[in-house]
Amino acid sequence: MVERRRFGNLIPHLILWVGIALVAFPVYLAFVASTQDNAAIANGQMSLLPGDLFFETYYKTLFVGTSGSTREPVGTMLFNSFVMAMAIAVGKIAISILSAYAIVYFRFRFRMAVFWLIFITLMLPVEVRIYPTYKIAADLNLLDSYSGLTLPLIASATATLLFRQFFMTVPDELLEASRIDGAGPVRFFKDTLLPLSRTNIAALFVILFIYGWNQYLWPLLITTRDDMQTIQIGIRKMITTSDALTEWPVVMATAVLAMLPPVAVVVVMQKLFVRGLVETEK
Amino acid sequence: MADVTLRDVRKTYAGGVEAIKGVSLKVADGAFCVLVGPSGCGKSTLLRMIAGLETVTSGEVDIGGRVVNAVEPAARDIAMVFQNYALYPHMSVYNNMAYGLRNRGLARAEIEARVHEAAQILEIEALLARKPKQLSGGQRQRVAMGRAIVRHPKVFLFDEPLSNLDAKLRIAMRVEIRKLQRRLKTTAVYVTHDQLEAMTLADLLVVMNGGEVEQIGAPLEVYQKPATTFVAAFIGAPPMNLMPAAHAGPNGWADSLPPGAVVGVRPEDLMLGQDAPAGGLRLPLTVEAVEHIGAESFVYGKVSSKAAAGDDVIVRVAADATPALGTSVAVTASRDKLHLFGADGRRLAD
Ligand SMILES: Nc1ncnc2c1ncn2[C@@H]1O[C@H](COP(=O)(O)OP(=O)(O)OP(=O)(O)O)[C@@H](O)[C@H]1O
Ligand SMILES: [Mg+2]
Repeated sequence: MVERRRFGNLIPHLILWVGIALVAFPVYLAFVASTQDNAAIANGQMSLLPGDLFFETYYKTLFVGTSGSTREPVGTMLFNSFVMAMAIAVGKIAISILSAYAIVYFRFRFRMAVFWLIFITLMLPVEVRIYPTYKIAADLNLLDSYSGLTLPLIASATATLLFRQFFMTVPDELLEASRIDGAGPVRFFKDTLLPLSRTNIAALFVILFIYGWNQYLWPLLITTRDDMQTIQIGIRKMITTSDALTEWPVVMATAVLAMLPPVAVVVVMQKLFVRGLVETEK
Repeated sequence: MADVTLRDVRKTYAGGVEAIKGVSLKVADGAFCVLVGPSGCGKSTLLRMIAGLETVTSGEVDIGGRVVNAVEPAARDIAMVFQNYALYPHMSVYNNMAYGLRNRGLARAEIEARVHEAAQILEIEALLARKPKQLSGGQRQRVAMGRAIVRHPKVFLFDEPLSNLDAKLRIAMRVEIRKLQRRLKTTAVYVTHDQLEAMTLADLLVVMNGGEVEQIGAPLEVYQKPATTFVAAFIGAPPMNLMPAAHAGPNGWADSLPPGAVVGVRPEDLMLGQDAPAGGLRLPLTVEAVEHIGAESFVYGKVSSKAAAGDDVIVRVAADATPALGTSVAVTASRDKLHLFGADGRRLAD
C-alpha cells in the first residue's frame, strides 16, 4: 500500500466530487423543478431551491396525470413498467439458468448447436429483429398486453452464457457428491446449483431489471392503449404536446419517480451480492 | 457390509483413452483395499467405476453379490470421500452430513441421531453449525468423512482424501481412518499415490500401472516379494536398487540367469563390508551424496566396478556408520536378499 499522506487524497477526492456533482446536478434539478410552479419554470425563473409544491405535484402526477397528453396517471405507468421489468428480469433469469443447466450438465444431441443458437441471440437484440418480432406478436394477439410487452424480450436467452460460464466453474465433484447423496437432476439444481448461483442471480437481476425498465422502442410499438403505456413512453408523450404548454413539474416528477425503482433494486440487491462476494465460496 | 469384486473391468474413455485394461480384484468384506500407483495409472477411474460415477466399458462390478454396472451411485450403497472433499459450500456442516439421508427419506430423528453419532466419533460436534469455508483443511476432511459414515454404507471409497493436508495431519488422519474403518468394519477401497500411506493402511494392496494391476497382495508380501520390477521400484522409499544381472557379476549365480535378467536389492539389505557372502552381491561404490534423516542415513553412490560402472545405488546405513563423501566403500548383500526378475520384468522363481 502507498503510504497515507495528509493531503494525498485531496486530488482524487476532488475529482470524485466533481464527478458526483456532474451526475447528480441534473437529478437535483429535476427534483427541484418538480416542486415548483409551472409558470416559473416556463419563463425561466426557476429557483435552485426546492419549492413548496412537492405534495401537490406528486399527488397529481401519481394519481391524476397530465390533463392532455397521456390521459393516465403515472401510477398506472409505474405499475406497467414495474410489471414489465420484473417479468423480463425473472423470466430471463429463469430461462437462462435452465438452458445453461441443460447445456452444461446434460449430454444430448445437437448440444453444441443449441448452445450456438442461443449464443447468436446475443447478436440479435429486439431492435434488430423488430419487424418479425412485431409481426409474430401481432399475429399472436399480444398487442396491448403484458405478455406482448415482456415475452419477446425474455425470449433471447442471453444470460445463458453467464450462467454457463459460472456452472463450468462449479467443481464436478459437487455433482458427483450429489449423485452419491441421492440427488437427481432436479434436486441437484434446486439444492446446490441454485443456492450457489445466488450472487450471480442477484447481479443479473439488477442488470435485467434496469434493462427492462429502460425499454423504449418495444413498448412504443406494442402498446397503443393509454392504460398499457410504460413510464418511459409516458414521459416522452408528456413533452411532445405541441399545442398545450408542457406541464414541466409533472414531467420532472415523473422523471424522478421513474428513477426510483431501479435505484431501489440496486440498493436491495447490492446487499445480497456484496455479501455473496465477500463470503466467496471455495 | 459387503465384499467388492471386479471381473475383468475395462474402461475406454470417449476419445479412445484406454484407462483400465482389464482389472480383476476381490476385496473381502470388511477389508481395507488400497489402490496405489503413479499418476495417471487409472486409480481414480477404477474407484469411480465402483462408485458408479463412470460407466464400465466391459466387465462386471459386483458389490455384495449384486452386479451394479447399471445401478445409480446413490443406489449402490457406497459413500465416497473426494480429494477436494466436495462439501456443499452453502450448507452447514450438519446439513452437509444430513443431505444424503434426507434424500433417502430417513426420519428426522434418525438423521439427527446419525449425524450426532458421526460428529461425536469424528470430534466435530462443535462445528455442526458452521459452513465449510469456516473450517480448516483438517476439519473439512473430517466433515467429508462424516458425510460418508452417516450413510452407514456397505463400502467406503476414498480418492486421495489426505493429499490436501500437511504432512503431520496426514499421518494423524491416516491412523484415524484406519481406526475408524476397523471400528465400523466397513469394506473400504482407498486410492493414493503415496506408497507409505498405502503400506500402512492396506489389508490388501493393489499396485497399478498403466491401467493394469501389477500386483495384488498383503502390503508386506508385496514389499518382500515384488512381482515385477515396477512394483519393486514403486513400493519402498528410497526405492529398490535395480540393475542388469550382468552388472552384478562375474558371479556364479548371475551367470546362470536368463539373458536380460535384472537384480534388485533394497537399500536396507545392503551392508557396508568388503567380502561378499557366498553367492551374494558385492558392489564397490564411490559415495556421491549422503542424506541424514536421524537414526539412519541414505548413501547415494555410483558403482565403480568395471561391469556396472556408473550405476546408481542407494544404501541405508546406521547414522554412526555413514561414510564420508567421495570415499570408496564396498557394499554387499547375501543371496537371499536379492530379487531376481526376468527380461520381461517379472519376478523369477526364488
Ligand atoms: N474424463 C476423461 N476422459 C478421457 N480420459 C480420461 C478422463 N479421465 C481420466 N482420463 C485418462 O485416464 C487415465 C487414468 O486417469 P485417472 O484419473 O484414473 O488416473 P489416476 O491414477 O487417478 O491419477 P492421479 O494419481 O493423478 O489422480 C489418464 O491417462 C487420464 O488422462
Ligand atoms: Mg486420481
